[in-house]
Amino acid sequence: MPETAAVSIRNLSKSFDGTEVLRDVSLEVQPGEVVSILGSSGSGKSTLLRCINWLEQPDRGDIRIAGDRIGVSDTGKPMSRRELAGMRARLGMVFQGFNLWPHLSVLRNVTEAPIHVQGLSKAEADERAMALLEKVGMADKREQYPYTLSGGQKQRVAIARALAMQPKVMLFDEPTSALDPELVGEVLGVIKDLSKEGYTMVLVTHEMEFARAVSDQVVFLDKGIIIEKSHPSEFFENPKTDRVRRFLELEAPAV
Amino acid sequence: MSNWDILWSSYDVFLSGFYNTLKLFGLSAVLAFLMGSAMVFLLEGSRPRLKVPLRIFIDGMRMLPFLILAYLLYYGLPSAGIRMSAWTAGIIALVIYHGAYFAEILRGCRSTFAQGQVEAAIAQGFSQPKMFMRIILPQLILKTRGLLGNQLIILLKDTAFLVIITVRELTAAASSLSSTYFIPMEAFIVVIGFYWLISIGLELFIKMIGRFGAKRGFENA
Ligand SMILES: Nc1ncnc2c1ncn2[C@@H]1O[C@H](COP(=O)(O)OP(=O)(O)O)[C@@H](O)[C@H]1O
Ligand SMILES: [Mg+2]
Repeated sequence: MPETAAVSIRNLSKSFDGTEVLRDVSLEVQPGEVVSILGSSGSGKSTLLRCINWLEQPDRGDIRIAGDRIGVSDTGKPMSRRELAGMRARLGMVFQGFNLWPHLSVLRNVTEAPIHVQGLSKAEADERAMALLEKVGMADKREQYPYTLSGGQKQRVAIARALAMQPKVMLFDEPTSALDPELVGEVLGVIKDLSKEGYTMVLVTHEMEFARAVSDQVVFLDKGIIIEKSHPSEFFENPKTDRVRRFLELEAPAV
Repeated sequence: MSNWDILWSSYDVFLSGFYNTLKLFGLSAVLAFLMGSAMVFLLEGSRPRLKVPLRIFIDGMRMLPFLILAYLLYYGLPSAGIRMSAWTAGIIALVIYHGAYFAEILRGCRSTFAQGQVEAAIAQGFSQPKMFMRIILPQLILKTRGLLGNQLIILLKDTAFLVIITVRELTAAASSLSSTYFIPMEAFIVVIGFYWLISIGLELFIKMIGRFGAKRGFENA
């Protein structure tokens, strides 16, 4: 029997103000898989990712997380806020701009949701958080406040914060695009470690070499349509479409 | 007996006035702040039906002299069949008037709040109330601490108006002593000292919040 997909997207469409940003997008992510979403700016990558955890509401189609539909309850009605919050907690999201909470220390950023959403005790949450901060190499900075950290350090904390809810799937939206070039490596290193540990991840990125190295599947979005979906070696060596070939020519020399 | 001796012999009048002013100020400051925060929470997200009435209330209060509001509640409402003690009327006046100002201060700051932080909280499964209490409100307080402090000072000074609706606070104490013994100068100088005392306490409190904020990289707005 095939495993239940970690994420299953079927016939997803989404418009903003009458402009279709995603058109009939379908995608399956198997447990343990890393899927990279590539495409030029404005092609709908962020919107696709944000639909997965319902930060944007799709107009059509359905999205399942480990078999359960998000956004729409079994009765076909829109999910209650509480149900939706429960589904969202299964997904960890890492944003381009880190979005740490500046009034909380590094440790409290990571324990905030486990304590106040999942209801963990402070001791349990601290233990879990410290293990994760250790993993991302930020344990020694646990008492510091976000404004004292570099971008790379902030993003590593943001990754630990997302992992702290023990999500089934991690979503990354250009996690290194806001970083100075010399700080990109430390964040990609953490993501790579996660892929080795078997985390299921959907990653929007412009780091071509990295996408090639970590992905099990590469998806190319063009104007809201998936025009290629293939294994990275296939995608980078034998692109099926001219569109992807041109994209790779433009992006690759930068690496 | 010098004028100061007369005042010293009635120190209990001052003390009870001081105590009443502190009580009025403390109670209405806390309630007004809670009310202001609650209004900002109600303005969050998808409650368009509340937006207009809340805006009208906030702007309405801000355009009204405080004295007139106090008059209305204490002397005006009885003609509509609503009677309150001077204390109740005074506290209600302070709370709704300054509650509107607190709401306006916090709302202004909320509108410049980074949406990304809110999305991070939503993505982690926070409910609206929890997110407001734990992520948004603490930062609004840290960012607006200067304005909040000013508003608290104004609230303190507005308690003095309640003398005209017969609340026995500090200014009432000074005014009754000055008219009994005809020593307005000395009586009011003593009272100024008491107001300063409270203001200094307030300043220290705001400074404390300031240090808390500075440690977290929050500039004073
Ligand atoms: N909230 C929104 N309201 C209106 N238009 C939006 C919104 N979010 C994204 N868009 C538009 O949708 C298109 C796709 O955006 P996005 O998904 O952010 O692309 P990408 O992440 O690939 O750069 C863009 O044209 C963008 O302007
Ligand atoms: Mg994007």
